[in-house]
This record gives sequence, C-alpha cells and structure tokens, in this order.
Amino acid sequence: MQSHEDKSVIKLNLIAVKIRKHIIEMLFRAKSGHPGGSLSAVDAIVALYFNHMKHNPKRPNDPNRDRFILSKGHAAPALYAILAECGYFDLKELKKLREINCMLQGHPVCKNIPGVEASTGSLGHGLSFADGAALAGKLDKRKYNVYVMLGDGETDEGQIWEAASAASHYKLDNLTGLLDRNFLQIDGHTEDVLRLESVRERWSSFGWNVLEIDGHNIAEILNALKETEKHMNQPSMIILNTVKGKGVSFMENNIDFHGVPPNELEYKLAMRELDALQRKLEASL
Amino acid sequence: MIKEMENPRNAYGETLVELGKKLPNLVVLDADLSKSTKTIMFAKAYPERFFEMGIAEANMISTAAGLASCGKIVFASTFAVFATGRVYDQIRMDVAYSDSNVKIFATHGGISVGKDGASHQMIEDIALMRVLPNMMVFAPSDANQTKKIVECMAAEYGPMYARVGRADAPLIYKNDELKDIRIGKGIQIEDGDDISIIACGTMVDQGLDARNSLLKEGIKVRVIDMHTIKPIDKNLIINCSKNTNAIITIEEHSIIGGLGSAVSEILAENNCSCKFKRMGIQDMFCESGEPDKLFIKYGLSVKDIVKTAKKMLQ
Repeated sequence: MQSHEDKSVIKLNLIAVKIRKHIIEMLFRAKSGHPGGSLSAVDAIVALYFNHMKHNPKRPNDPNRDRFILSKGHAAPALYAILAECGYFDLKELKKLREINCMLQGHPVCKNIPGVEASTGSLGHGLSFADGAALAGKLDKRKYNVYVMLGDGETDEGQIWEAASAASHYKLDNLTGLLDRNFLQIDGHTEDVLRLESVRERWSSFGWNVLEIDGHNIAEILNALKETEKHMNQPSMIILNTVKGKGVSFMENNIDFHGVPPNELEYKLAMRELDALQRKLEASL
Repeated sequence: MIKEMENPRNAYGETLVELGKKLPNLVVLDADLSKSTKTIMFAKAYPERFFEMGIAEANMISTAAGLASCGKIVFASTFAVFATGRVYDQIRMDVAYSDSNVKIFATHGGISVGKDGASHQMIEDIALMRVLPNMMVFAPSDANQTKKIVECMAAEYGPMYARVGRADAPLIYKNDELKDIRIGKGIQIEDGDDISIIACGTMVDQGLDARNSLLKEGIKVRVIDMHTIKPIDKNLIINCSKNTNAIITIEEHSIIGGLGSAVSEILAENNCSCKFKRMGIQDMFCESGEPDKLFIKYGLSVKDIVKTAKKMLQ
C-alpha cells in the first residue's frame, strides 16, 4: 500500500507531466522558445510551488511570501505554466506566449506578469537580485525564504560569483539556489565550452552549504528544500542533476532542442509520450 | 570675488542621513568607494541599512533591484564610470526594464575628475542613461541643488540616475531659492535676450561667469540650469529659441548623447530656428591633468564660452 507521502509525490509528478505538456504546447504554438532548459527545470519548480513555498496566488505581492526567481529566464515557459496552474493568471494566457499584445513575453518580466519576481533573460543577474530580496528579508525580520534557479551554463557569468560572495558574506541563510545541472549549453557540453567542475567545490569554497541530488526526483527535492530551510548562517545551493529536455525521449540530452521548438510531428510524438506517462501515473494513484 | 565653495558629494551624504531619519525603508549600497561618494555618512548613521558590496558593481545594481522589489528605496553609489558603463546591462534589465525604485547616484562624473585620467573621466554616462526607457537623469549644479535633487529622487518612484563631479563646486543657490525645484523643470537663473546658455552640472557656474564677461561687452545672456536632462524641459528650450537669438549648450560630457543632444532634438522637432552650438567634449577621450587646465585644453573654459557666444552673434 502507498503511504501518504508516496501519493503526494505521485500527484506532484502528475503536475510536472501536465506542466511539460503545457511547455510543449506553448512552444509549438509560439514557434520559438527553449524546450530543453524548460523541461529540465520543471520538477524542482513544481516541488517549490506545489509543496514547499509559502505563497498565495491571490496575493502575489504579500510581503511575507516566499520568493522564486528564475535566473535562467529562457525557461520562462516552465515558470509561466506553473504560475498559471497555481492560479496567478488564466491558463488561456499560455496559448499566447510570445504573441504581440499579450502578457507573456519571451522572457520573464516582473512588471506585468503576476507572480514573476524579477525580469530575467540576460543571464547572470538573478542570484544578485535574490541576494537583494534576502537582504531585505533579514533587514525587515521577515520569515520568508528566497529561491533562485540558475542554469549551469549561466554560471559562466562573472556576476554569479560576485553574488555568491555577497550571499555568503551576508550569511543569507534565507536564500537557496537551485542549480539546473544538465551539462548542456548552446555551444555544447558545459565542460567543453567553459569548464565548471568541480561545481560542488566551487560553491562550497564560496562559503555555501551545498547539496547534490537527482533533480527529477521530487521526493529528494522536497527533502533537500527542508534541509536547506534548517541550515543556518550560510546560503544553500542545491545542485540538481538533471537531463536537458527531460520527459521527451528525443529531446533528452539533445542540444538541438536548446532553443528550437518542436515541429508538428515532434509535437505529436512528444504529447503522445507525455500522455502515456500521465496515464501511467494516474493508474498508480 | 571669492566664491563660496561646497562639495556636492558631501551634500549627497548629508542628505542621505537626513532622509534616513524620515524614511525607514531607505537603504544605501556602495561598491568600496563609500569614503569618496560620501555614502559613508549614511553607513555610520544607519549601519544596518547600509550594504557594502565590495568591488562588484554588477552585483550591486542587481542586488539594489532585489531590495527595491521588497519595498525599499535604494540608493546605489560609485564613480560615474563604474555606475553606468560597467553595469549597463544590469541597469537595463533590473532597474529600467523592471521599473524598479533604484536611484543610482554617481560621483566623479566628467573630466574635472582630473589627474586620474580618461579611464576615470566619465563623459558618456548621461547618454547611456538617457536612452534607457523609464530612466530619469539628473546633473545637479551645486551642493544645495544636489540636496534638493536627492530629496526629489527619494520622494518620487522610479529608476533614476544622477551624477555630480568630484571637486568642490561654487554655491549657485541659497537653499530658499530652491524650494520650488521640480523634476523636469529647468531653472532660468539669469535672463537676457541675446543668447541662451543651457548648462548642467559643473558647467552652470562657468555659464554664469561667461554671462558676466559678456555683459561687459553689452551682450545679454540668459542662463538656464538644466538639472534634469530626462525628462527634458521642452517648453523652456522652445522659449529660449523664441526669445533669444542663439543657444549654446554646455556640459562636462561628450557632445554626443548628453544635454546638447537632448536640446537639439527638441529644437529640430519643433521648428525652432535659432543658431545652436553644443559645447562639451568633442567625441574624444581626454587625459590626466588639473581640472582647470583640462577645461582650457578641451574647450570648456569661461573664455571658450565667451568666444563661442560672440562668434554666434556676429
């Protein structure tokens, strides 16, 4: 018999499949966008919004809310689909991604989209922004936490390491980073483009509490998030070992799908795979 | 006559401290230059609301935006060269595009930085900030005006950039003369119907000195202090074109993209037919030297203004 926890994880996995379907649908309609990095990021963001963070879609500006910043802004479809499923805005908006006169811009904008905390898309800014939100939380003695997702390729940017220094200098234990370690960036394998290893040692040498987990295992993600909440005096970085394009077989570990949407055939194949996965999960409940 | 001098940077630091008392949500960031920008005054008065960011300006600007997203009024300071060019993308995304309540207050703008040389003489900052949507741009002319501009920046919402120079500056205004100061409203300090000098920052005082010299030769000069470069005071510029025969703009900045460009855009689009000349740095990098000598070599001295004015009225 399944435990209560098992069931709730299956439910989260089901939401993740739904989000993946939204992403494929959105990118197919928009005829542009970034499938690979959106799909690899889904499970962690689902875990945050549907099980971990304190947030209320009816009060997106609540000063006590937990904050999530998508520093790798090109994964916007994942964030938008999750915000819409949470109820921050109408699901119908997803169909108009990247359309003129519509709310959902190619990359996140905080000004006009409910639930989006920071305008991102130029890589390397989000961790600094998260530092600022975490500093404000400390200053105001509020209990919220700040979560920020970084792409692994994104950490080529020097600003990330400025922000990493500042977060540990200011002992921002209300800040947790999630590193989408999918090993691929546009020009190739991260270790060929600009070596990042050892990622774990890098972050710990900057004074961060580092955890490393399977970034597609929602139970592991939730445990890691709980652990970082308890950790004091240091910011935490959760290295999410992920697969670029996760959930769609022919997109997995395929760099061609970094910034290219599925064509009609690929769209149908992808939806078929995801539908099958959805049925399997539903059956196991 | 010996002019009363005061440093605009000190006025900035003192005003931050005063504002800090009234505004509990005001926070200040600096990038290892707090002794020079004078944010150290605020750091001493309100250490919990001052964040030393180290020599990491990009991080400072994006962090400022994060703080602003939580309801803080954020002042971020460093030298003009590091506060703009070095962090253009951070300002563009996190401050301007995000319409964030971040106030970038830069010191050491222009060539009067002097001996540090062209690496530190920022002559493109106004241009860089002016092209950014949502951004307002200021260049106050003396210490008292700096205080007022800083108060305006804190009081009004939105992304803003202000720059002052390094050096002490002659006092142009008494405090009570500035009580009606408004963002986007230039100040006509002196009237005259022959020629208008529209200046900003350190060049306003040079403009006033040029006016005195020209007056001795019977040339009547109107002097405008255009402390706000964006939004620019369109009506005042049009008025100058109608009521004087010529306009000179003068700024401690490249002639491309700054005050001169802003004024010329208004003139060109409003069918204003008057003689017009931009004075500033002529699309080049300058060099180390005493500020006064640099002004002479690069054409920003009082004599240069007088010469230009006379030539235009011939």
